[in-house]
Amino acid sequence: MVSFSRWKVILVFCVCVFGLAYSAPNLFSQKTLTTLPDWLPHKQMNLGLDLRGGAHLLIEAKIEEAIREGLEGVLQSVRISLRKARIGYQSLSLIQNGVTVTINNEKKISEARDKIKEIGKGMIVEVEGQRVWIKYTEELLRDRRRAILEQAVTILNIRVNALGLTEPSIQRQGTDRILVQAPGGDPEKLKNIIGKTAKMTFHLVDPEFTTLNPKLRPRPGVMVLKGLDEFDTAGRPIFYLIKKRVEVSGENLVDSRPTVEQGRPVVSFRFDPVGARRFANTTKRNVGKPFAIVLDKEVISAPVIREAILGGSGIISGNFTTESASELALLLRSGALPVPLTIIEERSVGPSLGADSIQAGKIACIFGLIAVAVFMVFAYGGFGIMADIALALNLVLLAAALSLLQATLTLPGIAGIVLTIGMAVDANVLVFERIREEQLRGRTPISAVDAGYSRALTTIIDANLTTFIAAVLLYMFGSGPVRGFAVTLAIGLCTSMFSTIMVTRLMVITWLRQKRPQRLPL
Amino acid sequence: MKLINLIPLDTNIKFLRFHRLAIYGSLLLCIASLGFYLVKGLNYGIDFRGGILLEIRMNQAANLSILRANLKTLGLGEIELQEFGKNTDVLIRIEKQPGGADQQRLAVTKVKEALGSGIDYRRTEFVGPKVSGELVEAGIIAVISALIAMLMYIWFRFEWQFGVGAVIALGHDVLLTIGIFSLIGLEFNLSTVAAILTIAGYSINDTVVVYDRVRENLRKYKVRPLEDILNMSLNNTLSRTILTSVTTLIALFILFFLGGEVLKGFSFAMIWGVLVGTYSSIFIATPLLMNMNLRASAVALPEEEIN
Repeated sequence: MVSFSRWKVILVFCVCVFGLAYSAPNLFSQKTLTTLPDWLPHKQMNLGLDLRGGAHLLIEAKIEEAIREGLEGVLQSVRISLRKARIGYQSLSLIQNGVTVTINNEKKISEARDKIKEIGKGMIVEVEGQRVWIKYTEELLRDRRRAILEQAVTILNIRVNALGLTEPSIQRQGTDRILVQAPGGDPEKLKNIIGKTAKMTFHLVDPEFTTLNPKLRPRPGVMVLKGLDEFDTAGRPIFYLIKKRVEVSGENLVDSRPTVEQGRPVVSFRFDPVGARRFANTTKRNVGKPFAIVLDKEVISAPVIREAILGGSGIISGNFTTESASELALLLRSGALPVPLTIIEERSVGPSLGADSIQAGKIACIFGLIAVAVFMVFAYGGFGIMADIALALNLVLLAAALSLLQATLTLPGIAGIVLTIGMAVDANVLVFERIREEQLRGRTPISAVDAGYSRALTTIIDANLTTFIAAVLLYMFGSGPVRGFAVTLAIGLCTSMFSTIMVTRLMVITWLRQKRPQRLPL
Repeated sequence: MKLINLIPLDTNIKFLRFHRLAIYGSLLLCIASLGFYLVKGLNYGIDFRGGILLEIRMNQAANLSILRANLKTLGLGEIELQEFGKNTDVLIRIEKQPGGADQQRLAVTKVKEALGSGIDYRRTEFVGPKVSGELVEAGIIAVISALIAMLMYIWFRFEWQFGVGAVIALGHDVLLTIGIFSLIGLEFNLSTVAAILTIAGYSINDTVVVYDRVRENLRKYKVRPLEDILNMSLNNTLSRTILTSVTTLIALFILFFLGGEVLKGFSFAMIWGVLVGTYSSIFIATPLLMNMNLRASAVALPEEEIN
């Protein structure tokens, strides 16, 4: 292994040059980078949230609930449809992924089946005896689940982007999870806009209007809803008696803005033509009566209709602050989430900790490098210096790989770099020790170097491979920051093999050829 | 004066003399570790327990007893406070509140109100029960997979006797690491598991280097008694073992002292792991080869391949 063909030498040089070129952007600020010509590499390392600071939220979408809601809608449609066609039925109920009903009159079964078929697009309808089923197929269910999740992601995108953050990332994870990562974002603000479904509906109010008793059983067609932040003089929460029927739905909203009326923050809204028409009809027929605005099952406001509103726009006033008005307007603009969301994991880092971590990481790397380098010189003298040059190159290649791949660098990732500094010299140590031994056994310098490298090679590969396996497992089972560690460890192992087997060897051989020593100083 | 010359190449330490002592000593430590784990348990972080973690920095040195008293009145269940590096930094751990995500948020709001203004919230972490369950599962599977993967790898590269020796040494290392964490009460979280996996890689790394030598020597000196060959191999690789351990420890100590508070647990685990891993390669993995009836014939090359 003491010959180095010309093309190999060129290869090593090229790799080193590329390494320097691709890792260099990390030394400059973003501003300087944009001034450089396009053909120069300009990608910097991608810093993780624990280094940049920001919010990390893992959200679970209760998709089964959304599916269930959809099925309840189907059930209602079946009921209405059968009633209209005057088909008698019994036991109309929900089943797993579907709805079932028993038709009283045998002769009306096919008519019933046809009517039910019209309700669910793509759902299969089965008949057995006098029972009719309408169900989701597996495929349709899968599609619906995916569609619901994607719609949720889209709406979250609108909401989060309105906050004006730098590169927020909102991604699906698995079948029912969404990961929101917002560098520099305020986790509290994010949680506010994520947690609210924002389903807005407009209802008429029961003549009884309000009650203090939440357990009151109202008459049919009326429900009891809590007022948002409304209390009587004794501090007890006020509940409203709201008619169940939805007069106008928030689905028909096209715009919503925070604004000010009589010095107080309010939220303005505007309907599309369908919504505007419904709004006009309801207000025309109910002048003088209260009109409740319900958001996520809470009554935010119940103003009295003073006149028919034909323009399709209006104002919601209540106990709003400028911030909460702005927030509500954003939620209305983005649309209601099709599925309730809960936050199941949060890992948010403030900017001060992020900056501290970067600082600590830099210091650890620099001191680690110096300490190990100095030690190697003490241990091996001249050969130690060669190993140190290879170590420095190792780090440069590592940085270049991270920048090129845009792999995320996390705090554990920096720990991985420091660890690589300590472990990378191992390969060189294995070689040097072997060379030392071979020389002691009586080999000439060149022969010793040759034997050293050949014998040590398999050991190096074996040893590094086991650590590599550990890194792969860590990547598979780890998450976020731990993955960053696995990546830097794995890349570090590869670059250290390269720098030992190619770079140090080249240096040693060149030195051998030039100096032609009688004995190796090992 | 090169340091390396301090470690002569022709040492002849009879490592295997310590075989009995090492086995008994290690057995004792393993039992002790198991004992600590079963009796005292591990100080699981929220990654595995679920709950809320707040890292805060106050304007002046924190008075933990006052803080503790203040927060206790909020009735949020178990609250743990500890200093985190500087005396202005406090780590607050709150157990998972019954109820959904809203309850957790409410708890955080209450704590923030109680702490008042002028607090820098450096880190907020919340792990719900579903996620913590998944993390526990992933952690266990990862460690077990590592043990199996390493065993298969060594079996593939060497003979089965080597594999058994290596895995026993590895299990020993993992057990002792869990033991020390239990004893000291250091927080056992995801980065600890990452450290354990890395220790596994490093320990096997060390063991493989020695095994490689054992195999080479077995092929060279077919007639010598196994104990001599094992001793010889250990002595041959001694200088490399010491040097690599030293450089790795240098890097890890720097990480421990300069790498920030968050990495302290990880670097401590790694330092302990390197020490234990090196010890187990020399005093457990290699001597065990004797008990495994390892013979030169096991590693002999087929006739044609001997050069």
